[in-house]
Amino acid sequence: MEGDIALLGKFIGAGLAAIGSGAAAIGVGHVAGNYLAGALRNPSAAASQTATLFIGLAFAEALGIFAFLVSLLLMFAV
Amino acid sequence: MAEEKADGSLVFHPLDQFIVKPLFGDGAVGVFTITNATLWLAIAVLAIVALFVMGTKKRDIVPGRSQSVAELFYSFIYKMVEDVCGKEGAKYFPYIMTLFVFILFSNYLALLPMSFSPTSHIAVTAILGFGVFIVVTVLGFVLHGATFLGMFWMKDAPAILRPIIAVIEVISYFVRPVSHSIRLAGNIMAGHAVIKVFAGFAAIAAIAPVSIGAIMAIYGLEILVCGIQAYVFTILTCVYLKDALHPHH
Repeated sequence: MEGDIALLGKFIGAGLAAIGSGAAAIGVGHVAGNYLAGALRNPSAAASQTATLFIGLAFAEALGIFAFLVSLLLMFAV
Repeated sequence: MAEEKADGSLVFHPLDQFIVKPLFGDGAVGVFTITNATLWLAIAVLAIVALFVMGTKKRDIVPGRSQSVAELFYSFIYKMVEDVCGKEGAKYFPYIMTLFVFILFSNYLALLPMSFSPTSHIAVTAILGFGVFIVVTVLGFVLHGATFLGMFWMKDAPAILRPIIAVIEVISYFVRPVSHSIRLAGNIMAGHAVIKVFAGFAAIAAIAPVSIGAIMAIYGLEILVCGIQAYVFTILTCVYLKDALHPHH
C-alpha cells in the first residue's frame, strides 16, 4: 500500500464523476419510457414525434457524456 | 497485442487506439504531417464521393443499388431539413447533407478493426460544431439584424423573470457548440474504449468467452450509436438553423 495522496484523490474523484453517467441513464430511460407510453396511447401521432424523441435523448445523454469526460480528464489529464 | 507484463497488467491501454501517429516514419506530428487521422478522413471523403458519383451516374427511373442508397440519404436529409426548418431551410440543405454523410461515414469506417476514428477526437468534432455555431449566428444577424437578439428576450414570460431568463438563454446559446461537439466525440470515444476494455479481459482465459460475447454485443450497440449520433448531430444543426431562420417562435 503505497502511492501518493493526489493519485488517490484523482481516482476517487474519477469514480465519483462516473455516477453522473448513471444519472444520465435515468434521464434517457425517462425520455424513452414516456415516449413509449405516449406512443402506445396514440400510435398515429408517434411517427411525427421521433425527431423530438431523439433530440430529448441527445440532451439527456450529453450530460452523462460530460460526466464520463470529467472522469477521463481526472484520470489522464489532471 | 494483449501480452501480459510481469505484474499481470495488460500492455495495451483502452485509449491507445486514439493516438494520432504519423503514417510514414515516426517523427513528431506537425501541421502537415500525414497521420492515421488524415488517412481515415481521406478514406471517408473518398467513400462519400464514390457513393454519390456512382449513384448519380446513370440516373435511372428505377434506381440501381448505389443509386437507391444515394437517394435514400438524400431524401432522408431533405425531409428532415424541410420538417424542422420549413421551406426556407431547403436553401441550406447542401451544408447539412455534407455534415451528415461525413459524420456517418467516418463513424462507420471507424468500426472496422484496426481503423482510426476521426470523430472520436474533439479536435475534429469541435471544428464541425463551432462551424455550425458560427454559420447559424452569422446567418441570424444577416437575416434579422439586431432583432435576432430578441430570441433571448422572452416576450411571454413575466416582466420580472425576463432578465433572468435572458441570462440563462444567452448562456445556453453559448454552451450549444460545446455540447454539440462533445456529444459526438464522447459517444464514439466511449464506445470504442468500452470495446477495448472488454478486449483486455479477453486475454484472461477463464472469462474470455464472456468477454468476447460482450464485445459482440457492444459492437452491435455501436453500430446503432454511430447512426444515431450522426442523426442527432444533423437534427440539432437543423434545430439551431431553425432558430436563426425564425428567431421569434
